[in-house]
Amino acid sequence: MIAVKKLVKRFGLKTVLRGVDFDVQPGEFVALLGPNGAGKTTFLRILASLSRPSLGEVNIAGYKLPHEAAQVRAHLGVVSHLPLLYGDLTAEENLQFYARMYNLPNYELRINEVLEMIGLVARRRDLVRTFSRGMQQRLAIGRAVLHDPDVILFDEPYTGLDQDASAMLDDVLKAVAAEGRTVVMTSHDLGRAEDLATRFDVLSRGVISASASRKELMRTNLLAFYKQALAG
Amino acid sequence: MADRTTSRGSFLKAVAAVVWKDVRAEFRSRELFSAMLVFSLLIILIFNFALELDLKTRQSVTAGVLWSTFAFAGTLGLNRSMAIEKDRGCLDGLLLAPVDRSAIYFGKVISNLMFMLIVELIVLPIYSLLYSVNLFQPGLLLVILLGSIGYAGVGTLLAAMSVQTRTRDILLPILLFPVVIPVLLAAVKASSGVLGGADWDEILLPLNLLIAYDVIFIAVAFMVFDNVVEE
Repeated sequence: MIAVKKLVKRFGLKTVLRGVDFDVQPGEFVALLGPNGAGKTTFLRILASLSRPSLGEVNIAGYKLPHEAAQVRAHLGVVSHLPLLYGDLTAEENLQFYARMYNLPNYELRINEVLEMIGLVARRRDLVRTFSRGMQQRLAIGRAVLHDPDVILFDEPYTGLDQDASAMLDDVLKAVAAEGRTVVMTSHDLGRAEDLATRFDVLSRGVISASASRKELMRTNLLAFYKQALAG
Repeated sequence: MADRTTSRGSFLKAVAAVVWKDVRAEFRSRELFSAMLVFSLLIILIFNFALELDLKTRQSVTAGVLWSTFAFAGTLGLNRSMAIEKDRGCLDGLLLAPVDRSAIYFGKVISNLMFMLIVELIVLPIYSLLYSVNLFQPGLLLVILLGSIGYAGVGTLLAAMSVQTRTRDILLPILLFPVVIPVLLAAVKASSGVLGGADWDEILLPLNLLIAYDVIFIAVAFMVFDNVVEE
């Protein structure tokens, strides 16, 4: 579903990604771990076609970036630590707006489904600026799955959430993954990543320094694996 | 799913969606509109007190004062319009839509132009009262429309560029005014001609220049917008 080969990203003289190879099979839930400044967000922004790679190949759902970016985006949902929502529109209006941007036919039905999935039916006509951070993040997930994408990218989705909101987000993420979508999630929170992901990759010093499936991690714990990957 | 991304229908729907969203949000917050309007009224008031002129001189400075007012207020609106997109990461949300990104540009140009024209339509009668000049002439309204199209066209592109920097509030006027000078000069010349009762032949040259600038600026912006907004 996602195939990345020798990806390099430079900002001026600074090289952030130094030849990343990354493959994700359909239905996999990959947690992309790594310290601050490792390039996780940059990597996800390239996958989302928000940033151009300096070198290397990126294929998503059979389409090549950056030449077939619009086709890639049709198959992609993105959730970041910012909600990407308009505070002066209601929850429903935000979803209507994105449904139009994605040219969805008969979107009202789909909006109802999504609002139900994220538990915001009762607040659908409230302005988003009156929402708590947790509610905004749930709506952001609703926005990301509105067009029923095959691949969802989560960039630190737990940033700024309290414990209750994080637990609620866990449920929504599990529901999203249970629908068979391919998920790539960056996170600092090893505990949450361990609960959700089926594979764990560590991005360090601009390359994927280690990768292990949930099965492979049965013999050791995620923290030990992560520390070893950073040390190596 | 691919055909959802490429048809002309999806392009136009995306343009309409951006306009709908901007109008809806602005209707609730009135953030952009009120700032532009109050600023415009303050400028024409200040000019009115600063330039204690006789009736004839007032008429001769009208075009300059009007376009200075529109240009300054327009900058304020353009800055705010893009800042709203950037503040909550909404610009990324727009860029993630599977449409040609120039649809976002055209949507923003149309909504910025609408807000500018509404403010201008409110400013005109107030200016007429303060300066005792009749501004409701079809020729002048045409010049204002063409000048505003050029201003919003180039301003939206440069606002999308400057909003990605830390000094966006300062950077936009510094980038915009040198680029938009041809539009302002042609608009002032054409407006003066209309207000001074000049022959149509005299007005036609700046009017044609305005049309040419509008077409060139919008065509260039259409071609480069994708590169401006992508990292």
